Amino acid sequence: MRRTYQTAKYLCLLGWSTFVVFPFLWALSTSFKDANAVTSGATYIPWLEFEPSTKGWQSLFASGSQGINIVTPFINSTMVTLIASVISLILGTLAAYGLSRYQFRAGFVKNSDITFFFISQRIMPPIVLAIPFFLMLKEIGGLDTIAGLVLVYIALLLPIAVWVMIDFFGSIPPELDEMAMIDGCTPIGAFFRVILPNSVAGIVVAGMFCLIFGWNDFFFAFILTFTKTQLLPVAIVSLNSSVTPWWSLSAFALISVTPLALVAVVVERFMSRGSLAGAFR
Amino acid sequence: MLTLENLSTSDPKVPLQSLSAHFEAGKIYTILGRTGAGKTELLRTLIGLDEISEGAVHLDGDDLLRTPIRARQMAMVYQQFINYPHLNVLDNVAFPLRRKGQGKAVARARAKEALALVGLAGFETRMPPELSGGQQQRVALARAIVKHARILLMDEPLANLDYKLREQLREEFPRLLHENAEGIILYSTTEPAEAMQLGDELIVMHEGRIVAQGDPGSLFDAPPTVDVARVISDPPISICAGEVTDGVLQFADGFLPGQADLILPPDGPVQIAIRPDALSIGGDIEARVSLAEFSGSDTIVHLNLPFGNAVMLVDGIHEFHNGDTLNVALDPNALMLFSQSGNNITERAD
Repeated sequence: MRRTYQTAKYLCLLGWSTFVVFPFLWALSTSFKDANAVTSGATYIPWLEFEPSTKGWQSLFASGSQGINIVTPFINSTMVTLIASVISLILGTLAAYGLSRYQFRAGFVKNSDITFFFISQRIMPPIVLAIPFFLMLKEIGGLDTIAGLVLVYIALLLPIAVWVMIDFFGSIPPELDEMAMIDGCTPIGAFFRVILPNSVAGIVVAGMFCLIFGWNDFFFAFILTFTKTQLLPVAIVSLNSSVTPWWSLSAFALISVTPLALVAVVVERFMSRGSLAGAFR
Repeated sequence: MLTLENLSTSDPKVPLQSLSAHFEAGKIYTILGRTGAGKTELLRTLIGLDEISEGAVHLDGDDLLRTPIRARQMAMVYQQFINYPHLNVLDNVAFPLRRKGQGKAVARARAKEALALVGLAGFETRMPPELSGGQQQRVALARAIVKHARILLMDEPLANLDYKLREQLREEFPRLLHENAEGIILYSTTEPAEAMQLGDELIVMHEGRIVAQGDPGSLFDAPPTVDVARVISDPPISICAGEVTDGVLQFADGFLPGQADLILPPDGPVQIAIRPDALSIGGDIEARVSLAEFSGSDTIVHLNLPFGNAVMLVDGIHEFHNGDTLNVALDPNALMLFSQSGNNITERAD
């Protein structure tokens, strides 16, 4: 009985894993194909089903007109995502702490309204925000610049950071802040000395979300940039011309996924060591 | 000396209502009251976590309410085990000393002494979540006494511990609290036995008010009101309706408790309070058991009596079943009388 259950469990997990991993497998095999292999049906196993070619990977690292410039979009994406994520995390953590510990009141506006205001930024479909963002960036000369994109991404990532951190601070008993103040901390001291060191888990999770959403955004990167400041998702799509070089595109896509995959592996290691396990019941 | 003058709060749950009291240094004050009596609210207000709406609090003449929390030189032990999860046991206890500006080495040495005092020598490098509940509360206690605070507040510190640990810590408390002998200790609890055992002075709270303050023994012997009698008695005291007719005390249905050394009030209705030890097995009052429970080595029996319901405390473990009938005796000299408005009107002939 137990054996059957275990077998069924692993079969289910295997099926699901295959479903999840398949797109990567497809991209990996395609990145080693040439035009012929790509058009001759679905094949996956090199040498057996198709003759592997490194043309796709070579084109990424070749220089001159033959090559595709992946370095600049990679650096751009890294800068925009990192700067926007860090600023969003700092602002979001402070805002969330304030909202979770103090009661604000401005007329009919209360804490729950302010929290909703943050989250409501993500309720609107992005297309609604596109034109206002475009006009505003144009006004301040931020179109097609790193700084402009960082501003817009902060607006997009801040709600995520606030949302995750409010929830996290809610799980830390307020008695801990009170105890810190009784023991001689100022309210700000209590936050930095006691609450922040106990919030690493929440900050890591919020940071992960910010990185994922920032790194993967295509829509705003596409609308708000032209040629000077290109981000990775846009650079990948722009490979798509009259003849789509599926091999280069696949190699490019795999490279663009790598940083997030690395972050996920590191965070997972960190979490399984127990240092992020909840300290509070 | 800590002085409260007409202290009131507008706490939505239990507003404190015009509390006035004096607390002297070097004494342990136990605050006894049921859940919702305002004990926690009083402690939180004193330490500055809750705001007051009216009144004043002075500590040795200084206005305490103008002092920021961190400068009040107070310490608190919560009912929940509150320690800093990111610091080990030693640094947890050293934390308040470090905030006061003491060097790391000095603070740690004093923390170590405090830990030895609460029986946690050798646990210095453990993290709080690795400790049992009792040990975590000992860490919190060590952190409170290491400060030598002017006021030490303890908010039901034993409530979340199991029975054995509670007894053990309760026995150790007088010695541990002696460490803070130069300060004022306010200790809140819902358990009368704990309050009696630990307190130099007992404060009884009920619905946001201080309803009695004084020596624990005298308050137990002669509670000023029926509310105080209820809060202070465990097992519970039973209140039955009665009246004095032609100079004779009788229960509402005409049952006569017998000759007592009580000086009776003028004719009229009274409330008769029956202590659990006023009833005993044997006698001529027919009673029906409605519930029997064991408490340590005693049996607490809830009885339906001809004149009402009452609780009887019997020495030793006895098996009673619901619905059993037995004969009990009532000691008329152990009764207390309260007026209809709840004031103690018991007077005894010497």
